[in-house]
Amino acid sequence: MLINQFLLLGAVLFSIGVYGVIARKNAVLVLMSVELILNSVNINILAFALRNGGDPAGHTFALYIIAVAAAEVGVGLALVILVYRNRRSISLDELSEMKG
Amino acid sequence: MAQNIAFGTVALLMIVGAVRVVTTKNVVHAALWLVVVLSGAAAQYLILSAEFVAITQVLVYIGAVTVLFLFGTMLTRAQLGKAIDLNNKNWALGIPVAVLLLGTLVYALVDTFGDDKLINDPKDVPQVSTLQISDSVFSPYLIPFWALSFVLLAVLVGAIVLSRKD
Repeated sequence: MLINQFLLLGAVLFSIGVYGVIARKNAVLVLMSVELILNSVNINILAFALRNGGDPAGHTFALYIIAVAAAEVGVGLALVILVYRNRRSISLDELSEMKG
Repeated sequence: MAQNIAFGTVALLMIVGAVRVVTTKNVVHAALWLVVVLSGAAAQYLILSAEFVAITQVLVYIGAVTVLFLFGTMLTRAQLGKAIDLNNKNWALGIPVAVLLLGTLVYALVDTFGDDKLINDPKDVPQVSTLQISDSVFSPYLIPFWALSFVLLAVLVGAIVLSRKD
C-alpha cells in the first residue's frame, strides 16, 4: 500500500466537502459537508500514524476529532433549529442581518 | 494485494457517496449517502489497522450523528419530498474552487510522497492496542482530553440553552 492512496482519498473528500460548503444553501447540508471534511482529516491522520510505525498519538487525536465533530453537530443543529423557529426557513443566504 | 482491492472498492464507494451528498436534491437522501461515506471511512480505518477508531466511528457517527441529522431534517422541514432550492444562487462558483484546491493538494502530495510505502515490511504490520491508546490519552495527551471534556460540557449546556422554548 502506498501512503499516497490514502492521502489522495482524503484530498478528494476534502475538496468535495469544500464544494458542498460553498454551494449548499440549506444549513443542514452545509453541516453534512463539514462532516465530510472532518472525516478526510481523520483518514490522513491515521495513515500517518501507521506510517510512523503505529503511533498511538495519531489514534488519540483521531478520537479527539471524532468527539469534537460530534459536539459541533450537536450545537450546530441546535442553532439551525433555533433559526428555523424564528424565521421558518434555514436558507443561509437569507440570514443577512449582519451584512454591513 | 487484497488490501489494495478492498481500498479501491471502498474508496470508489466513498467518493460516489460524497458526490451524492453534495449534489442530491433531497435532504434525507443526503443524510443516507453520508452514512455510506462514514461507513466507508470506518472500513478505511480497519485497513489502516485502527480498530478502536473504526468502532468509535461506527458508534459515534453512524449511531449518533446520522440520527441527529435526520432529526434536524425532520424538525426543520414540513414536507420530506423533493426540495428544489437547496443550492445557492452562485453555486457554480464552488466547482472551480474545489477543482483548484484538489489540483493543489494532489500536486503537493504526489510531489512530496511519490511512491512512498505505507509499511515497508508487509509481514510486520505495526499494531496499536487499545491499551496503548488509553495510555496515550491519559498520560501525554491528558490536557487536550480535559479541554475536550470542557468542550462537551459547554456543548451540552449550549444545546439545551439554545433549544429551550422560553
